[in-house]
Amino acid sequence: MDLYDWLVFLHVLSAFVAAGALTALWALIFGSRSASPILAPDSAIGFGRVGGILVGAGMMGALVFGIWLAIDVDGYELWDAWILASLVLWALSVWAGTAAGKAFAGDPVGGRRAGIRFQALNSVGVLVILVLMIWKPGA
Amino acid sequence: MLAAIRPDSVNLPLFLHVLGAMLLVGSLLAVALATALGWRRSDDAAGLSRFSLLTLLYGVVPSYVLMRIGAQWTEAEQSYPDDFDPAWIGIGYVTADAGALLTIVSVVLAIFGLRRLRRGDGIRLARTVGVISILLLAAYLVAVWAMTAKPM
Repeated sequence: MDLYDWLVFLHVLSAFVAAGALTALWALIFGSRSASPILAPDSAIGFGRVGGILVGAGMMGALVFGIWLAIDVDGYELWDAWILASLVLWALSVWAGTAAGKAFAGDPVGGRRAGIRFQALNSVGVLVILVLMIWKPGA
Repeated sequence: MLAAIRPDSVNLPLFLHVLGAMLLVGSLLAVALATALGWRRSDDAAGLSRFSLLTLLYGVVPSYVLMRIGAQWTEAEQSYPDDFDPAWIGIGYVTADAGALLTIVSVVLAIFGLRRLRRGDGIRLARTVGVISILLLAAYLVAVWAMTAKPM
């Protein structure tokens, strides 16, 4: 494996960790509906904490290895429109994810609606980044 | 560069394949995480077991189907020659097919586990499903490596 192979692998693996942990957090949201919660509050908080850490680690890894790739590969530049759009969406997603974590951790019941809204924003951002990574408009 | 060597018709099936794979990994992660937490929190082991088994049924199964259909569609759109048989596609098939088998076993265990949980039992079945999920996560880590590094 050369450097390019390693960078692609670590970039995609980081994206899988972030998107996977986001999916796990959606499972937690469905599993802790206030009408019929499956999980005890302590379990939900423990699950959410690990999920949040994994989302953060995955997002950070995807950014670092993605920028490294854009610099390393001759065909891509950091100022390509689809890469710039991805960076803006990355920042928006991280902001929304942080806000979701704060809303859920601050008040799991009262902050639930706001937390779900921010979590949805975070997820849509990651989904659009995936679309940009596959289609690479303008590349 | 990658976009230049990939036909546009591949993008949609590839997107569905990757999206399905991400949802699959996430659902398996939720099952594994709930199982691990259940080992540490015996007071909520039943709730965590129920959560992990329901996540397996409602999350893992549909995302596996999306990933697998996307993979087959992507390969069809790539129009590879008949003698094109690289190791990375082989690794993908092996992990997907072995994953299907283990997922079917997990579904059966989950159905029995959920029934037993209603009677106050079934935690051991949920933990078995959790261990299978960890094995599947390890297998899919290898698959992600194969799909990205593309060993010939």
